[in-house]
Amino acid sequence: MERPLTKHIRPDREPLSLQEYERVGGYQAVRKALQELSPEAVVALVKDSNLRGRGGAGFNTGLKWSFVPMGPDVPRPKYLVANADEMEPGTFKDRMLLEGNPHQLIEGMIVASYAIGADISYVFLRWAYKKAAQGIVRAIQEAYAAGYLGQNILGSGFSLEMHLHTGVGRYMCGEETALLNALEGKRAMPRAKPPFPQVSGLYGKPTIVNNVETLCCLPHIVNNGPEWFKGLSRTQDAGTKIYGVSGKVKRPGAWELPMGVTIRELVEEYAGGMLDGYKFKGALPGGASTDFLVEQHLDTPMDYTSIAAAGSRMGTGTMIILDDQTCPVGFVHNLQHFFAQESCGFCTPCREGLPWVEKVLLSIDRGEGRPEDMNILDFHTKYLGPGNTFCALAPGAMEPLQSALKYFREDFERHIHDHQCPWK
Amino acid sequence: MNNNKTEEQMLTTEEIAQIEHEISLVPQKKAACIEALKVVQQHRGWVSDESLKDTATMLGMSAEELDSVATFYNLIFRQPVGRHVILLCDSISCWVMGYEQIRDHLMQKLQIKYGETTPDGRFTLLPNVCLGTCDRAPALMIDDHLYQNVTIEELDGILHHHR
Ligand SMILES: Cc1cc2nc3c(=O)[nH]c(=O)nc-3n(C[C@H](O)[C@H](O)[C@H](O)COP(=O)(O)O)c2cc1C
Ligand code: SF4
Ligand code: FES
Repeated sequence: MERPLTKHIRPDREPLSLQEYERVGGYQAVRKALQELSPEAVVALVKDSNLRGRGGAGFNTGLKWSFVPMGPDVPRPKYLVANADEMEPGTFKDRMLLEGNPHQLIEGMIVASYAIGADISYVFLRWAYKKAAQGIVRAIQEAYAAGYLGQNILGSGFSLEMHLHTGVGRYMCGEETALLNALEGKRAMPRAKPPFPQVSGLYGKPTIVNNVETLCCLPHIVNNGPEWFKGLSRTQDAGTKIYGVSGKVKRPGAWELPMGVTIRELVEEYAGGMLDGYKFKGALPGGASTDFLVEQHLDTPMDYTSIAAAGSRMGTGTMIILDDQTCPVGFVHNLQHFFAQESCGFCTPCREGLPWVEKVLLSIDRGEGRPEDMNILDFHTKYLGPGNTFCALAPGAMEPLQSALKYFREDFERHIHDHQCPWK
Repeated sequence: MNNNKTEEQMLTTEEIAQIEHEISLVPQKKAACIEALKVVQQHRGWVSDESLKDTATMLGMSAEELDSVATFYNLIFRQPVGRHVILLCDSISCWVMGYEQIRDHLMQKLQIKYGETTPDGRFTLLPNVCLGTCDRAPALMIDDHLYQNVTIEELDGILHHHR
């Protein structure tokens, strides 16, 4: 089984130095792209590879890039930003790539920047990733010293600056337009789309924001080609994926695996099965803002298309497990507390609705719920759903709620009927 | 508000130099404001009204505008904090793995609630969103140190590292 993104990452995640990275083929993709391929050819290659964004939405990366204006007369500087905010609860995959092999990310960022003609690039890193920050700072210095960054890289005429920006903590920073506001030193509020960042992003200039894992795929696609990349997958969605499992399993962790392994394989084989005495009740397949899947979905392949067909989203691909001894109402309450706290407050349904949902869930959990509360929860899943709020935070928050109301409705009703939590 | 600042309240030459350096790296002064707040916090542990005003002046912003940014983010402290800040993950995987026991133990041992500082000024306790290490839950950070798979038995030892 090939594990291109993680095979060189050490178990203790001590980052590869520049020399170590070069020894295992590092920066060959930069050489190949800058010296042998045109930017258009790199875009075409990535489009053909069918790489889909690993940040959650799963948009085709090459297609996203193709909206960036190209040619001599376009606004400059253009920007590339690596989204290393990773604050989606239950998600810990980018941390591995950031800590274990920062040069791989930098190489991917150079390839992406070349493809879209970016002049300046940023790594937007969350505050908590201290070890990653040290590794990235060092790796950027090494890359400058070796001539992979700076003016006229490898004599190609292409130049690129790179900087690290560390955020000061807010989930909204991960939303790509809010991230750009944060980089400009503003509150991390989202921007209206259109205009899309590809056309008008950082400081009003064309900008691409890509997830860390997306960017780390690029050197391998350039080196080995689109057909190889598609061949890594078991299903129609290309590549490998870093999957994770947390919750009451024997071996929680993250693993790079072929796209399309099933939920059952992840839980039973890779995570070693449930802890003794616990049973699988459901899972959020890709972080806090994805819909629950349950036992009947265990054999669903974990790829964008199949998980969507099962009624959820791949999201970040890091799964959170709900076991039979954990209260689903308490579980969802914890999630809604997070979303209510992290709402930026810009639009009314989200600002007012999420705290309401949180309070209703708390009272149900305490055995103080009333039968009408179920209606209140139901209508919020519609009013805070897609199209009714300014950004995707609130619709994302509703995904675990609406699916919990579908699959675990009896558990909610039992709390209300019995005036107590059956799990306490 | 009193405009006669004590020397202690004024930004030091070192802080000013670091903020000016941050300003030199960005296309417009304001864009350095988060970095500038970080500089102040690094030196003082938190950002007081006085520091905020002086920093705003350097950035060509009003104090209110800078405060609107400072208060938006979870990790810029606008109140004094202890010598060490404990950030306890209260998100979903840590909840499933029983972080509430860790919370209760910390509160009992330190005799403080969330947002409070121990009388000796040693620890401030804050809840924090997912720390990105959910496979090793429950997790907490003290200053720059990450602790994973935390158990109540280990807590005393962990606290002991931070005098
Ligand atoms: C509230 C919110 C938080 C997000 N947080 C992240 C994040 O931490 N990391 C990330 O890569 N994408 C995050 N996203 C998705 C980004 O907006 C964006 O789609 C992604 O970075 C694009 O990269 P990709 O095309 O490579 O997936 C978030 C979206 C929303 C709505
Ligand atoms: S949906 Fe929520 S987070 Fe998004 S803009 Fe509206 S208030 Fe802000
Ligand atoms: S939920 Fe605690 S580290 Fe992710």
